[in-house]
Amino acid sequence: MNPIFAILAGVTVGAAVAAMALRNLVHSVLCLTVSLVGLALLYLRLGAEFAGFVQILVYVGAVAILIMFAVLLTRGGEAPPGRIANAPWSGLAVAAAVFAMIAWAIARSPALRGMAKDPAQPPLSVKAIGDKLTGDLVLPLQVVALLLTAALVGGVVIAMSEKETE
Amino acid sequence: MDRIVEHLWIIPALPLLAAGIIALLKRPHRKAAAALAIGSLGLAFLVSCVAFAATLHPAAGAGTVRLTHNFAWFDLGESTLRLGWLLDPLTAGMLVMVTFVGSLIFVFSVGYMAHDPNFTRFFGFLSLFAAAMLGLLVANNLLFLFMCWEVVGLASYLLIGFWFQKPEAAAAAKKAFVTTRIGDLGFFLGMVWLYHGTGTLLFYDKGAGCLEQGAIASLVAQTTLGGMAVSTAISLLLFCGAAGKSGQVPLHVWLPDAMEGPTPVSALIHAATMVAAGVFLVARVFPLLGASAAGLPADGHVPHTAALAVVTWIGAITAVFGALVAVAQSDIKRILAYSTVSQLGYMMMGLGVGGPAVGMFHLLAHAFFKALLFLGAGSVIHGCHGEQDIRRMGGLRKAMPATFATYAVGMMALAGFPLVFSGFWSKDEILHAALAWSPSRLPFALGLFGAFLTAFYMIRQMWFVFFAPSAHPAARHGHDTRPDAAAPHESPPVMTVSLAILAGATVAMSLLATPVWPWFHAYLGGHLDHLHVGWDADGAVLATMALSTVAVALGTGVSWRLYSRSATGTDAVERLVPRLFGALRGRLYVDGFYAATVFRLNRAAATAFDWIDRFVWGSLAGSTAWIATGFSWLGRLLDDAGINPGFDAGCAGTRGTGRLVSLFQNGQTQRYLRLVGGGIVAIVVAVAWTGKK
Amino acid sequence: MTPYLIVSALLFSIGFAGVLTRRNAILVLVGVELMLNAANLNFVAFWRHGPNPAALDGVMFVVFAIAVAAAEAAVGLALVIAIHRHCRSGNVDEASGMKG
Repeated sequence: MNPIFAILAGVTVGAAVAAMALRNLVHSVLCLTVSLVGLALLYLRLGAEFAGFVQILVYVGAVAILIMFAVLLTRGGEAPPGRIANAPWSGLAVAAAVFAMIAWAIARSPALRGMAKDPAQPPLSVKAIGDKLTGDLVLPLQVVALLLTAALVGGVVIAMSEKETE
Repeated sequence: MDRIVEHLWIIPALPLLAAGIIALLKRPHRKAAAALAIGSLGLAFLVSCVAFAATLHPAAGAGTVRLTHNFAWFDLGESTLRLGWLLDPLTAGMLVMVTFVGSLIFVFSVGYMAHDPNFTRFFGFLSLFAAAMLGLLVANNLLFLFMCWEVVGLASYLLIGFWFQKPEAAAAAKKAFVTTRIGDLGFFLGMVWLYHGTGTLLFYDKGAGCLEQGAIASLVAQTTLGGMAVSTAISLLLFCGAAGKSGQVPLHVWLPDAMEGPTPVSALIHAATMVAAGVFLVARVFPLLGASAAGLPADGHVPHTAALAVVTWIGAITAVFGALVAVAQSDIKRILAYSTVSQLGYMMMGLGVGGPAVGMFHLLAHAFFKALLFLGAGSVIHGCHGEQDIRRMGGLRKAMPATFATYAVGMMALAGFPLVFSGFWSKDEILHAALAWSPSRLPFALGLFGAFLTAFYMIRQMWFVFFAPSAHPAARHGHDTRPDAAAPHESPPVMTVSLAILAGATVAMSLLATPVWPWFHAYLGGHLDHLHVGWDADGAVLATMALSTVAVALGTGVSWRLYSRSATGTDAVERLVPRLFGALRGRLYVDGFYAATVFRLNRAAATAFDWIDRFVWGSLAGSTAWIATGFSWLGRLLDDAGINPGFDAGCAGTRGTGRLVSLFQNGQTQRYLRLVGGGIVAIVVAVAWTGKK
Repeated sequence: MTPYLIVSALLFSIGFAGVLTRRNAILVLVGVELMLNAANLNFVAFWRHGPNPAALDGVMFVVFAIAVAAAEAAVGLALVIAIHRHCRSGNVDEASGMKG
């Protein structure tokens, strides 16, 4: 086990736990951000530089900020009183069961045994990605563009119409 | 000849057709109805004459003509019931008489019923009656005879109760029907027994009929309860029917009450024809009654059997009974009715002692003069505007001469005035035969006494009606108590013509019957080949003639003396023997006796049966209802206790389960997700587990 | 590769736990994001250790997934804001109109 990997993994997981467990919403979002950054670094370690950078750009730069905005807009500045979770133990139990299931599947899976332990770094150039995007995957690209447009418009509509009626 | 017999059914069919057509006519078509009825019966008369002519000349060697025409009627499983027409002197004589007298009475009715609104219906019923009577006469099958017998009874009921709005008429019709029904029960039983015993109901069937040698011999040989021969038993049963129909004691009670019907009905049905049907039946089945161990009765010789003895005695009793009661009656028709009862008794007695020839001769003679008397009475009633009590009549000799003359003829014939009147000869034959009857002389004595009484009451009636000083209120006191108290008048010619013809026939018949030329006797007795013209050197005949003449003279004389000397308003005999007279007037209380016994018994039985019906069968039926109710109650119990709670519990269970399940659905997505997660884990575990195995 | 997968499973479970338990709607969405990211890590790991990395399938998938997740986060948060306005509270418990 590579120490760098261990550190990165620990930070990511720890931040995730913190994100889900903290009472204060803002703290929670910030921890999420840390977790996302950790994930991006893990992508880099795996050799998927493009994915890592996209992760930083989109997730950390946009989604996390967006969530922060939402938190602040819904008066989540103060830590909410009362319980923070509904029946936590049963929920944790279910989640633990799911983890156990997946872990068991990973451990038992015959496909994984056949995998190389440490393959060579695959060639990953932006040009190749661009070729792929505008070649084989041009349709999904356009669809995603459409989707983003729709999401943009829809988000504005949903968040805005209430304002006018107020 | 055979063709005549083959088509003998036309005779009854003609009036039947007329009856059918008249039934469809409406009230205003009076002329049509009368024309149809009279025309059909007149035609039947002509055909009857042809048939009669056919019987006059028997084949060489045979004493009589007996033609039959039999055919298959219908199939009863394997056996076939055969029907046939019979033509012999008995039939032919009756046919001619019925059609002739019937036609005259029909003509009379046109005048008599002229004012009646139900004229058409009357002629329809009359035609129906004529058809049934004629059918009865030509039948060669006992069952067919019985059917016609019943239709005749029906027609009698309809005609007696013609004025059914009158309660007495309706009651009389019912009484007639019920009384004859009692007799018919015996008839039916006898018929069934006869069929059982001989296997056929045809009278004459070329040796195989039930009245022919083979059948009779077998019936005589068998015996039944009391050691009686089967033939005797059957004869007695059949005689029951005859007794009912012909008004023998004790089933005579309906005849006088039947006078409630219109007078033509009384003349036709209850004097000349229907009541004669019983006598005719006895004459028809005479071979059965006269059957002894020697087989069929030989021609001309009257056997002495038990059945015939019964017939004779009952006849004699009836003859005297009727005459006695007639003495004390004061309704013109009732006198004649009881006279009919008496004469029917004579006929039966004649059959018993002298055989069919004697009895039938009296029947034929009686038909003519009794019809004449009844029509005459009808004329009197019509002339007196509906008055029927003889004590209120009188002096009609001058007011209604034609009626008087013809009535006198009839009266003399009935009473048996000597020599010129058929009644004398016919009654004489009966008395002569009774004299020679070996078992006893009592019937002879009774017959003689009856002759005396007959003359007595007829003279009494004649006196009251025609000779007495007029009892009419207008003539006597100058004030009248009745609204239509016009003076009596003679009847229109349409009525008097019939009277005249009948009177002539009565006299003419006497010519047929003198012992000097016993053609009629031979004809009826079936031994035309033994006919010998000339005086029968039998002293008994002369003695009988003398004795009966004496009796008649006595009766006439005594009656005339008693009544012509008595003051009006009272009855001489009543003054003499008031108690006896009262009893006779009360018809010897036979009706009362029946009311006290038979009616009471009937009513008690009816009440008992009603009780049984209501409480026994009713409860049985009711119990079915109770059982059904019980079952339904049980079902409801099951329902309430078992099914409903069970169902409710099921529903409650479902509801509870639903409620339980709905607890999961608290609207909170997180819970749903938990379930999803848990479910996925469970599925994977399950798959892995089964995969491991 | 197994460690990566374990990490991915862990992240997924943690996110799932958050989705199942936290009362605040925004945090539920945060959990959802975590789950999505866990899946992306899975993809990248398999891409790297898989049979044909040169086809760039894994990376492409991740890129698209990130794009879609972003869109979904935007819309979801807009909805949360809208509901918050309506119910005056951010609790998921209150949104129980599907209760039955």
